Amino acid sequence: MTEPIIRIKHLSKVFGKQPQKVMPLVRQGIHKDTLLAEHEHALGLRDINLDILPGEIFVIMGLSGSGKSTLIRHFNRLIDPTEGEIWIKGTDITQLKNKALEQFRQQHLSMVFQRFALLPHRTVLDNIAYGLEIQKVDKPKRREKARYWLKQVGLEGYDAQYPNQLSGGQQQRVGLARALCTDADILLMDEAFSALDPLIRAEMQDQLKQLQSRLRKTIVFITHDLDEAVKLGDRIAILKDGILVQQGTPEHILHNPADEYVEAFVQNVRR
Amino acid sequence: MADALWLSEFPEMERADLRAIRKALDGAYRDFSRAYGDQIESFFDPLLSLLIGFEHLLLTTPWWLVILVISAISYLASRSIKLCLGVAIAFFAIGYFGMWEDTMQTMSIILVCTLLAIAIGVPVGILMARSNRLQSLLTPALDVMQTMPAFVYLIPVVMLLGIGRIPGVIAVIIYAIPPVIRLTNLGIRLVDKDVLEAATAFGAGYLKRLTSVQLPLALPTIMAGINQTIMMALSMVVVASMIGVKGLGQPVLKSITNQYFTLGLLNGLAIVVLAIVFDRISQSYAHRSQRHLQRAQHD
Repeated sequence: MTEPIIRIKHLSKVFGKQPQKVMPLVRQGIHKDTLLAEHEHALGLRDINLDILPGEIFVIMGLSGSGKSTLIRHFNRLIDPTEGEIWIKGTDITQLKNKALEQFRQQHLSMVFQRFALLPHRTVLDNIAYGLEIQKVDKPKRREKARYWLKQVGLEGYDAQYPNQLSGGQQQRVGLARALCTDADILLMDEAFSALDPLIRAEMQDQLKQLQSRLRKTIVFITHDLDEAVKLGDRIAILKDGILVQQGTPEHILHNPADEYVEAFVQNVRR
Repeated sequence: MADALWLSEFPEMERADLRAIRKALDGAYRDFSRAYGDQIESFFDPLLSLLIGFEHLLLTTPWWLVILVISAISYLASRSIKLCLGVAIAFFAIGYFGMWEDTMQTMSIILVCTLLAIAIGVPVGILMARSNRLQSLLTPALDVMQTMPAFVYLIPVVMLLGIGRIPGVIAVIIYAIPPVIRLTNLGIRLVDKDVLEAATAFGAGYLKRLTSVQLPLALPTIMAGINQTIMMALSMVVVASMIGVKGLGQPVLKSITNQYFTLGLLNGLAIVVLAIVFDRISQSYAHRSQRHLQRAQHD
């Protein structure tokens, strides 16, 4: 049995003025709508428990508002949890102070964003090298590495272009190269392909699978598209209203949907 | 009748009371300036030598070299031959009409004021963007600084430091600094949250985010603020001439008191020329530094 590289324990997130005050209600299982209407706090996540193994693509799936983007932002603490523990490579990152957290992000985590989030005033090459620049790697070295990853994502020769001279698909390749360039072994992908049109999306999915077969990163992939989840995921977790309703392999979920919500998802999958 | 007097007449404060308040405040401030005026004046000595240095530099350099350098700067900022030639001709005309010395003095004071306004204003704007509390404290202060009639600044500054260049510079800076503070704050607050989040996700600390994301992306807005600050400084220069700031403002002041329309107009036009030159240079620099954003969107 391999040790999980990421272990989430009893993670809850409540948005509002005094989240701690309403936590007892959350633990008792108050409904999301009641919490909002009567206590003016929004429930983001409730009692999430997850184990993610090294080298797998773990897909977290849900409709918009299900808390999936909130959840992935806990993995690198872009959002702080209200309660719970987040163990990554044996460190509970909820306990890290600012500097240590920045260090940890630099070393172990990188991220790809739905709307690319590239630096518009920098060339493609300097965008890819940005992670290394933060780690104070010197310029020739980081550029050399950035050039390597540019080639890996199939954009050789685009070094000196600016992001808005590229198409959406190309921009996201830059986003992917930027994330891979730091050599972090955990890759967080927040609806990374959702903003792309279907053909490009399929192409990017294939490219990701192909890269993954060589790199063996641990990838946490967020999507609202079950087709994508089934295609990419080694395991899938399904979120609804901030609660984890089911997790397992794609086959398991397709054949044994836990409730109507999952069932509705599954029916739309083209087999 | 006596009962209803407050309805027809405004219930004013007793004149004697008002006079007492004014006397007390003015007296206190005068005592303060007598006690500390010298120290405060010597505190500003480096500023004075900077100002005199600039002025000296501009006045001792041969006029053709000054024109050449200014044209070269405008070319470097805009890459436009037309602007560059226009600047050269305008400055030549200024000299031809006998306003060279005044113009150089005004230019040196504007340069010093702008540099100081940027040096103070940008950091203040950065702090303001970081803290909502500071923003809500500073915004009304900036409103007051911008709307208070410019002449009012001159009074306490003159009481404290007497007449001369330094009080002039201080009054100009107080009057001209709000736009650069405001627009630095605004520019940073408007930076795309996604890009900032990406920088955080890759482990960038506050300073790295500031220098690699926030300031570069806010630069066009900050430049707009600097541009406005320069314009306000130029308009304040005339007012500041009342307290002995040399330059183009003094002939204007003289023209008002003596009804010399042509003299006033010529010096006014020289100020306009300076304004246009500074404006075009700073605008086209900001524009060019953002070239990559203006290119046709790829789809």
